[in-house]
Order: sequence, then C-alpha cells, then structure tokens
Amino acid sequence: MAAGSDSEEEEDLVSYGAALQPLQEGERIKKPVPLQEQTVKDAKGRYQRFHGAFTGGFSAGYFNTVGTKEGWTPSAFVSSRQKRADRTILGPEDFMDEEDLSEFGIAPKDITTTDDFASKTKDRIKEKARQIAGVVAAIPGTTAFDDLIGPSKITVGVELLRKMGWKEGQGIGPRVKRKPCRQKPDPTVKIYGCALPPGLSEGSEEEEDEYQPENVTFAPKDVMPVDLTPKENVHGLGYKGLDPSQALFGVPGREHLNLFTGGSEETSNLLGDLRHSKGRKLGITGQAFGVGALEEEDDDIYATDTLSKYDTVLKDEEPGDGLYGWTAPKQYKSKKRPEREFKYIGKILDGFSLASKSSIPIKIYPPPHLPRNYRPVHYFRPVIAAGKENSRLQKALEESSGQLGSAAAQQSRHALDAAQRRELLGETGLKGPAPSVLEYLSEKDRERLKEVKQASEQQMKAKPVAQQSQTRFQPAPPEDASPKWQMLLGGQLANAGSSDFKPFARNPEKQKRYENFVKSLKQGEKDALERFFDPKMTEWERGREQEEFVRAAAFYRSSSSTLSSRFTRAKYEDDVDKVEVPRDQENDIDDKETAVKMKMFGKLTRDKFEWHPDKLLCRRFNVRDPYPDSSIVGLPKVKRDKYSVFNFLTVPEPTTSATQATNKQIQESNSLNKPKKPSRWDMSDKEKEKKDSISEFISLARSKADVQQQPPVPAPEKCATGPSETLPTEVTNDGKDQEEESKRPPMDLFKAIFVSSSDEKSSSSEEESDEEQQPTTSVTESEATKQVDKPDSSSSSVRESVAAAADPGASSLSTSKQELDAAEEFGPKLPPALSSGRFCKLLDRKEKHRKTREKHKAKKEHKRKKEKKKKHKKQKNKGKHKNKKSEKDSSSDTTESSDSSDMDTTGLSPKELLRR
Amino acid sequence: MAFPRPRPARPELPRQRVRTLQCGQGAVRAARFNADGNYCLTCGSDKTLKLWNPHKGTALRTYQGHGYEVLDAAGSFDNSQLCSGSADKTVALWDVTTGQVVRKYRGHAGKVNCVQFNEEATVIVSGSIDSTVRCWDCRSRRPDPVQLLDEAKDGISGVKLSAYEILSGSVDGRVRRYDLRAGQLYSDYIGSPITSVCFTKDGQCVLVASLDSTLRLLDKDTGELLGEYTGHRSTTYRLDCVLSEQDTHVGCASEDGHVYFWDLVEGSLVLSLPVGTGVVQSLAFHPRLPCVLTATQGQVTLWREETFRPEGDPD
Repeated sequence: MAAGSDSEEEEDLVSYGAALQPLQEGERIKKPVPLQEQTVKDAKGRYQRFHGAFTGGFSAGYFNTVGTKEGWTPSAFVSSRQKRADRTILGPEDFMDEEDLSEFGIAPKDITTTDDFASKTKDRIKEKARQIAGVVAAIPGTTAFDDLIGPSKITVGVELLRKMGWKEGQGIGPRVKRKPCRQKPDPTVKIYGCALPPGLSEGSEEEEDEYQPENVTFAPKDVMPVDLTPKENVHGLGYKGLDPSQALFGVPGREHLNLFTGGSEETSNLLGDLRHSKGRKLGITGQAFGVGALEEEDDDIYATDTLSKYDTVLKDEEPGDGLYGWTAPKQYKSKKRPEREFKYIGKILDGFSLASKSSIPIKIYPPPHLPRNYRPVHYFRPVIAAGKENSRLQKALEESSGQLGSAAAQQSRHALDAAQRRELLGETGLKGPAPSVLEYLSEKDRERLKEVKQASEQQMKAKPVAQQSQTRFQPAPPEDASPKWQMLLGGQLANAGSSDFKPFARNPEKQKRYENFVKSLKQGEKDALERFFDPKMTEWERGREQEEFVRAAAFYRSSSSTLSSRFTRAKYEDDVDKVEVPRDQENDIDDKETAVKMKMFGKLTRDKFEWHPDKLLCRRFNVRDPYPDSSIVGLPKVKRDKYSVFNFLTVPEPTTSATQATNKQIQESNSLNKPKKPSRWDMSDKEKEKKDSISEFISLARSKADVQQQPPVPAPEKCATGPSETLPTEVTNDGKDQEEESKRPPMDLFKAIFVSSSDEKSSSSEEESDEEQQPTTSVTESEATKQVDKPDSSSSSVRESVAAAADPGASSLSTSKQELDAAEEFGPKLPPALSSGRFCKLLDRKEKHRKTREKHKAKKEHKRKKEKKKKHKKQKNKGKHKNKKSEKDSSSDTTESSDSSDMDTTGLSPKELLRR
Repeated sequence: MAFPRPRPARPELPRQRVRTLQCGQGAVRAARFNADGNYCLTCGSDKTLKLWNPHKGTALRTYQGHGYEVLDAAGSFDNSQLCSGSADKTVALWDVTTGQVVRKYRGHAGKVNCVQFNEEATVIVSGSIDSTVRCWDCRSRRPDPVQLLDEAKDGISGVKLSAYEILSGSVDGRVRRYDLRAGQLYSDYIGSPITSVCFTKDGQCVLVASLDSTLRLLDKDTGELLGEYTGHRSTTYRLDCVLSEQDTHVGCASEDGHVYFWDLVEGSLVLSLPVGTGVVQSLAFHPRLPCVLTATQGQVTLWREETFRPEGDPD
C-alpha cells in the first residue's frame, strides 16, 4: 500500500527543473564555484581579463604586462647587416592585440572602402541618411553644423567642371568631333614641329576609320600636357635660377628671357598652375631659396628627382599630340624659314635645324685705360703710427673705410708683431724669445753702429768732459741703435736668471754691476747703464764695460733661450737625459782599502743602504715587509743627469768594467802576499776625481795629509803599537815626503818626459790617458808624484813576481799563471777537473796562456819601464825606495803585532757568543 | 742557576778518513750535506748530480738534466726537493724521488756559482758569475725571479741564507747582507775577491774567505773584524770555508791539498787535513756532527772524529 501510494504521489507531483544527480557513495559534495572564480575565457581558452592596452582589451600580455608567463622576451635581435633595407616601421597595429584587429576592434582588418574610393553616390546616400537623421533627431538641424564644419574634399574647380558637364576621366576642353581613338589634343596644346600637310592627314584618317557618324562628338582625352621648354643652359635638369624680374612687379622682361615657354605657360595657366602667372607672385622664387613667408605653396621644395620619373624607353604611345617626341619649338615651322636661306647654305643633318636666332655675340669689354702716371707696382696702404699728428689722418682713414671706433685695433693690424698678436689671441708664448733677424746680426755690428753714431754726436756737441760722462750714455734719440738693443735684450732677458749665469764671477763688483744692469734692463729702464757704473771709472772703461755687459747678456740669451726657442718642448717631461741611478752608492773605495789594510773593519768598510725586498720575497721568508707602503724594489733609485759628473764620481770602483776587473785582479794577485796597495788604476781614477772640483769635497774627508798620501796609513798602527823606535822613521819619512814635495822638478820636465814617451809608445791607451792627465794642473802634478810614489813600493813585488816568473820551476810561476787564468775567467777559478787529465790540462793552459802571459809580461815590463823612466827623472827615488822597504818591514811587523792585539781585544765577543 | 753550567765536552775535529766515494762524475765541483746530514750531494762536471749516503757509501740516485757541469746544489729542509746551479746558466729544482726536474729557472746570464734554499724551500737563491743574485719562487710558475739583487759589481761566488737574510760574497771584494726584516743592505768591503761566505750557527758572525788566502770573521751587525785566519793557500780557486758544528772551529779548503782548521776564538791553526795532492775543491761540514766532506779530484772523502768507530756507529 505504501508503495502504491508512493507511486501515486510521484505521479501526482509536478517536478520543476532538472533533477540533481543522485549522490554516490563516498563522494564529496561539490562546492559551488565562487563568483570570483567564475572567469570568462575567450575562444582560445585564454582568460579574458578586464584590462588591456588599447581598448581595455582583454589579453594584454601576462597580467597586464607586455610579457608572457615566461617573462618578457624581446624579439630576437637580428643584425641589420644582412637586411638593412627592410627596416620595419612599427605602426600602432604592431602593439595591438588580436582582438583589436578583429572585426569589432578599433582596427578591423577586413577590407572596407576608404574615403578615397568611396563613390559620391554612396556619399549621397549617407548624406540623405544623415539628413533624415537630422530631421528625426530630437534637436532638428544639428546635422547642418556638421556640413559646415566638415571639409569638402572636392575643390571648387572640380565642382565647376562637373557643373559644366565634365566627368572624371575625361579631358578638359570642347568636345571633339572627329575621332574617338585618335583624339585631337587639347586645343591649348600647340602642335610643334612641321605640320602635316592637311591633305595627307585627312586622307590617312579617312582611310583608318571606316565609319564616322557625323553628329557624334567625343570628349577630349585626358592627358598631361608636355612642357616643351628647351634646355638652353648648363644647369641641372629642372633647375630654375633666380629670376630677378619676377621679384619686381610688372617688369616686362619675361618674354625676351623666356622665348620658348609660351606654350607651357599657357598650359600651366590652364591647369590652374598659377605659379608663374605675372603679378601674382611676390618675392623671389627659385631653387636657390627655400619657402619664403610670402609664398603660398610649400609643395615639393625638397623634391628629389628619381629615375623612375623618366621614361627609359622611347615609345610610340603618344599619339595624342602627334609629336612622337619631336620637341622642336613651334617657331620653326613658319617663321624662320626665309632666314635660313641667306644665313646658312648647306646641308642640315637629319633631326637638326638651324638656330632660330643667332647666338648673342660675346661682348668684349675694352680694357680700362691706364692712367698716365700708372706704375705697375703695388703700394701697400701706409701704416699710420699712432701719434698726435697722425690721429686725424687715422680717423679720416677709418671713416673713409667705414670702420668706426673699434676698428682702431684692426686698423693697426698690420703693425702688430707676433708677440702682440699672440697676446691678443691669448696664446702662451714660446719659452724663448722669437728669434729675429736682428739677433743674428752680431752685437758687434750693432755696437759699432751705435759707437759711430755716438762718436759723431759727440763731435757735434763738443761739451765738457764732465758733462760728457753724464750725457754719453743718456738715452739715445729714438733713431739711435741703443734702444734697439735695449728692446731686444730687455725683452729677451725676461727669463734670464741673473743668479745662474755669472759671466763676471771673478770680479764680484763687476758681477754685481752686471746683475743690476740686467735687472734694470728687464724692467725696461733705459738709463740702466750709467746708473750702475762705477763713478771712478774712466769713460773708456765704462764704454768697454757696457759693451761687455751687453755682449754677455746677448751671449747668455743666445746660448740659452734662442736655442730653446728653436725646439719644441716635449709634451711630457721625458727623462732622456736622466738615468736612474741608485741613490746610494758604495763609494770611497780608497778609504776602505786603507781601512782594510789597517784591518779596521767596521764603520769604515761598511756601507749601509736602504733596501726594499720584494713583497713576495718577504712573504716567502715569513718576514714582515719592512716597507709596507713603498712600491720600490731593491735600492731606491734617484734620477740624475745622464752625463752628470756625480754619476761618475759616485761610482769610483774600478771593477765596473770587465777589463778593469781583470786588471785589478792582476794587480791584486801581484800584491797578494801583502796588504793591498792601491793600484795605478785606482790612482788614475783618483786623478780623474781630483780634476773635478767636487772631488775636493770628497777628499775633504781625508785630511790635508792626503796631499802627502803616505803617512796616514802607517801612522795609526804605529800609534797603536806605540814603539818609540818606529816613530823616528816615520818622522823622517814625513820629512822626506815634504822634501820631495819641495824638490819636485818643474812641470816642463814632466811634460818633456811624457810627451816624448807618448810619441814613442802609443799602444797602451791607459798610458795615454795618464799622459793626458799629467800636464793639466798643479793638482795632478802632485798626484803624479803620488802615483809614482805608491807603485814604487808595490813595484818591488811586481819585479819579484816577474823575476819569479823567469824561473820556470818556481811555484810563483804557476801562481802567476793561475792568476792570469783567473783574470781571464773573471773571478776565482774552478779547480782543475781530473787528476789524470789535470796535468795535460795545465799544460794546455800553459800553452794557451803563454801568449797572454807574454802579453801581460810585456805590459808589466812596459809599466816597469815607465816607472823606471819616472825614477830616472826623480833622483831620490832609490833612497826613498830603500826607506820604503824598511818601512814596509816594520809595517809588516806591526801588522802582525796588531793582529795579535786585535785578536786579544776582539776575540772576546765570539766567546761570549759561543757561551750562549 | 747557582750552579755553573757543565763545561761542554771539548769539541772534536774530524781527523779520521772514514770513507771515500769514487763519484765517477768527473771533477766533483761541490759536495754538500743535506739538511740533516745523513745524505750528501755531489755535483759533477759531467752534468750530473748524485745523491749519496756518505756514511754507508752508497750512491742513491743520479740526477741528469743539466746542460753543463753542475756547480752547486742544495737540499730542501724536508729532503723532498733539490736545487742545483749549473754552468749552463740555469737553476734546476729537482724532485728527489722521481729524479725529474720540477722546474728550471732561466735568467742568469752566466754560470750559476751557488744555490741555496730558504728555510721553507719556497725560494731558491742563486748567485751567478753575471754579478746578480736571483731569488726564484718555487711555489708559483713565474719564469722570472722574485727579486734580482744586482748590486754586486762582479760575479757572485757565494750565497748563504738565514731566516731573514741573504748573504752574498762577490768577486768585487764585498760581502753584502740583505736584511729582509730590516729592509737594509749592509755592504762590507773586504778588498780581495771573495770566494765563500758563511753564517755562524748563532747567526751573529759572518765568515768570509777571500783570494788573499785569508779567512775573516766579521761581526754581522757592525762589520768589525773579529778574527783572521791565515795559513792556507787560496789565490785562484773558489774554495769553500766552513764552520764546525758548534762554531768552535773555522775550516777552509786549500789549494795545497789540505783542509785547514783554526780555532775560531784564538785564531790558531789547529788542524790541517791532508786530503790529497790536488786542490780541495769543496768542503762541507756536517750540521750536527764533527764530520766533514771533502771533494778532490773526482772523489769525495768523509772524515770523522778520531773517536768515531764506523763499525759501532749505525750512522
């Protein structure tokens, strides 16, 4: 029952809507999609968002950006090298979305007729519709305003033509009767060239057209008339020069200028081209000018002629005018014919015709008549110096030339010299003065000139001497030469420092006067001379001095500044003449040697320099950089003049060059067994130093006793040892030395000796150098004696070694030989290689070096000879030699004793060290 | 503190010839102990460098790669590397185990007379006949030296290093000490061409051998002469001078085939070892023991103190 009732109930119930889907087991109830998530998608399934670039369009990029989800990707760069031509110009469409380009977007892409192509009929329909709309609209007549405002596309002329029955596509003109195909040209267009005979043309026409209704007329063909202006100039195509007649109103000059433009003029007029119509135009036209304010049209001002505008092929297709490219002016056809006969009798080439008008004869202008007094030499305009008497003239000139006031400077433009021009231009001057010709005129000449003048003046005014002394050096009259040199010098002495150039250093008073003179000259004082002259001086002296001063100043200038003006200064301060020299040099080897000889090691033999280790080296040694801020590596260098004397003075070590080193070694090995003596080389070096005044400074460290040279060496030792018996010998030695100083033979003797010897032997260069040095000054003279003195003591050893060398079995031979070897090898030699091959090697060496040894021997002997010569000249050498020997013995004794004493005193410190 | 220190045992000098190595590499230009004194290097004139155990008399390895005779060699502190200077103007860095040249430093313009490692074997300092001392970097691959010490006016005959100093002796008769820590260069004038220089173990003094057959002991700081040792002959050759292991004695090779030892303090000649007939070309003192290597005429001799018994000593 229940079931039955149920079914009945179901049947009874009226159900609305669709039934819900029956819920399945375990299925979750779907949540309704919230409103904000119910989105609209476009046809392609993209979300349509309510924003956009142009129309509020939808899918403008990614979330209102121009990019995509992946990010903004610019269009791939394409090199414009390959496709330079198609440079795409982006329009607004390129930035639009698809929707914008669709049918209902702002830029629909479907094809529509544009206004240009819209027919009038359509317009009419539209207009009608608009009128209806205007009538229907709430406010009637509102559309009338649109008509008022809206621009009319059709010009009045066209409108008029239409009214006259003209239709688009037709030509303008009266209707033609004859032929539809071979239309008569525009009546306004003249037919040029030879007219066809009427019969012929008629006949041909008749033949061509079979049927011609009489009453049918045709509209003329719409053609562009040909401008038949011949090109009669050498200008470019289409160029139109200035027409001055056009600029002025009503000047009837056109016809004769433009003979052949009549036809074209008419056509242009007809076509509404009013450009050339008379009187209409104001101002000057032409391509020389741009568009003026008075000109109406501004079309085609920058027109570029392209080849496409021209026909490249001659065609038959201009039957309208029947000219077939024949462009002869119309005047030929009738007028000129009679003229031709008497003008030119002969054949005329096909396609040519006689000129209608004889060419205008070239007008020959007669040369101007030369005035009688004409002379073919150009005179420059007179330069008017600024002066009282000239001012008026100048003014007049200025006025006549139309230059007022400010032209004064310009007027004297030619009077300016380089310096003034430079000043005006604001340029910096040359370092030196601009060299002038006068500079090279010798001062003497100038002076002579002046002297002559002055002399003549003096003769003229015979005045008392007292007055003369006053007036003689008065500022000379302007034509005098003295201001000239004053100017010259004064200008150029500007950079001549008075302090650095002292021509009269010997006479301080004179130098002072000279300096004053120069200074006042610089300041431009003319009476510089007589103010600073010594009043006690005679006139002649003054004149001389003045001359001297002037000459000195000129010399200084010419040596320093004229040269500098000749050369351009380097842009950058270059150090061509500078060399990097270690700031500190191990110097004073002589003092050190004496110290070594005395075994006084320590301060005397030690040089201490600032030395910058490399940063990396410090790091590698795990040492803190002692100079963390400095960028120097090694010894700090200073820049010195390349050729400075100081460079050579501070490098007095004789071992700088290889040859010197070897020589020194020879000497060292010669004197190996005893304390070193300064060799000849050192001496010669010393001599070189002595010659310079700077070395005096160096030798200042050595005491005055240095002149005697010998005593200070043994003196301290003797003092140290203190035996009383050695003292007298020393004293006697001193006395001997002084005696020797006093007894020294005169200079001439030396000269005689050495000059002769140099004549004899010019082989060894060192000798020459010695001899060159000999006869210089008294200082070197004393040095020479010294030099002789010193090697004397060592010469004994030399002789010994030589004597030993004479004995082949002696060991000293081998040593000397080895010394020679060592000398050749630059330093201590490596020991001989093998025991077996040693001797033969030695023998080899013997053989090899015999020559060299002999050479050396020769040298030695040569030296000895020389020394002997010296000895010959000095009588007391032998005695002195003996004395030396004894002294040497004593000194050797003392050295030994001093050795022991040294050991005693200094031996303590290592002991202490050892105890640590 | 109150007690005086026990008097150190009287230092002995090597007087006993223990072993002679026939090197077979031509003239032995230099014989050098390694850092701990267990091995030695001999530099031959046949372009080879040999590693020996001089105490056992075994040759361990031969290093070939130089283009001319090898003039000096040194071992690194860890015995992993060797460096050698040659007359072919190069300095070579060797790997001990492989025997290969690790690096070759070119740049000297003449024979390389002497080479030294610094303490950590990061820098090789080489002195050459071209009058320059060059410091080569072992760590980087730089071809040029870290620093060039070109103050000498003549060839460099000897170079020694301390922890922070470079000591160089030159034929120009000067001993130059470059103090890296102080940034100073001390140049001591000796006069005669210098053949060899040496630091004392305590680093306070400098021993200088020169061609005037004199050894001089100079105070390092002041340059004063502390002692002078004469009696040997050194006028021609570049001969080595040494200090004994405790700085008690000074030794020098001589051209008369002897090695002379002087008492450092007294300056008296203590010992002259008759090594051979020829020049004693090289001399090396053991760093810890009274033990000396002498090289003459292609053979190297090891000398020990008299009390030394080779059988009993495993060394």
